[in-house]
Amino acid sequence: MYIVIVGCGRYGSLLADRLSCLGHSVVIIDRQKNAFKALSAEFSGFTITGDASELSVLHMAKIDAADCLLSMCNEDTLNLMVTQTAKFIFGVPKVIARVYKPSYESIFRKFGIEIISPIQLALEAFLQDLDLDRGPENEAQ
Amino acid sequence: MKIILIGGGKTIYFLAKQFIAEGQSVTIINRDPEESQALSHELDATILLGDGSDPEILEQAGTGSADVLLSMTSRDHVNLVACQVANEKFDVARTIALVNNPENEEIFRKLGVSLIFSATRIITSLLEQETDFMAITNLMAVAQGKVNVSEVRLPENALVSGKSLQELKLPAGFLLATIIRNGEVLVPSGSTILQAHDQLILIGQAENYRDVLRILTGE
Repeated sequence: MYIVIVGCGRYGSLLADRLSCLGHSVVIIDRQKNAFKALSAEFSGFTITGDASELSVLHMAKIDAADCLLSMCNEDTLNLMVTQTAKFIFGVPKVIARVYKPSYESIFRKFGIEIISPIQLALEAFLQDLDLDRGPENEAQ
Repeated sequence: MKIILIGGGKTIYFLAKQFIAEGQSVTIINRDPEESQALSHELDATILLGDGSDPEILEQAGTGSADVLLSMTSRDHVNLVACQVANEKFDVARTIALVNNPENEEIFRKLGVSLIFSATRIITSLLEQETDFMAITNLMAVAQGKVNVSEVRLPENALVSGKSLQELKLPAGFLLATIIRNGEVLVPSGSTILQAHDQLILIGQAENYRDVLRILTGE
């Protein structure tokens, strides 16, 4: 698969590394050139320094040929703009956004954007691990 | 009318002042603590500290009862999402966004912002108008300014290019003396076809100039 990743922070860089090692062709975009230092030596994809909310940067990443776009920034508005552009203007088949602030979750859903919310996932995992996800009755048993 | 303004700086301040003077109810969402404080002292408006695209802040601002939302931050994605959230979640009928990067105009339009404006575009078009105007040079005035000799340089996209002089119907009392094209001097006749970048040397009475220029600019 040809995958475009926006944001080379903690999530973006790990994801890019993993997908690249699995043999996918990966292009990763970040505003800061320094951000790419987080990528491992095994990363064999391309890096683009630029603002993904600019069309010219998305064109540089060959967005119209992408099978998948993952927007992993720590700014919900940027993720919202990039994913909507990818999905509704360039028709990228698979588009997923990372949700940073939980208050934006319903907005992503309303705009038809698939999301992954690290905070929600962590929350669920904590609750499950504590076996407290079924309320106080469970605790009493 | 209830208006929500998102952003900061002098433009937001003076816009708010104007709207308040007109008797509108104004709410400003600004993310700088100091500026928010100053605005709340200076203006008879509701000032909220926060990110104007955040659904929770928009809820606090009473966006549900707003008639207009105007987002003017320097970040396009904030302006886009603020307008979208206002429109989709709070049913605000009119949303207006500043588009900093003119390339984004298309995206904003397609994603449902009702009105967009681009400062870059506005200033560029002002400059273009200015250069169109500058392309007219008065070469000399004869008979105490009653008659002028001027040069008009047709722009790249001149509406009159491809038209013959006959079709243009220049007013009487006006003479197109010479056309300079690619450095060569042509003596025009009625069948001469105008081209972009032509330099036209015109002789005529000052009071007719406006009509001639209107014809040449195709207005």
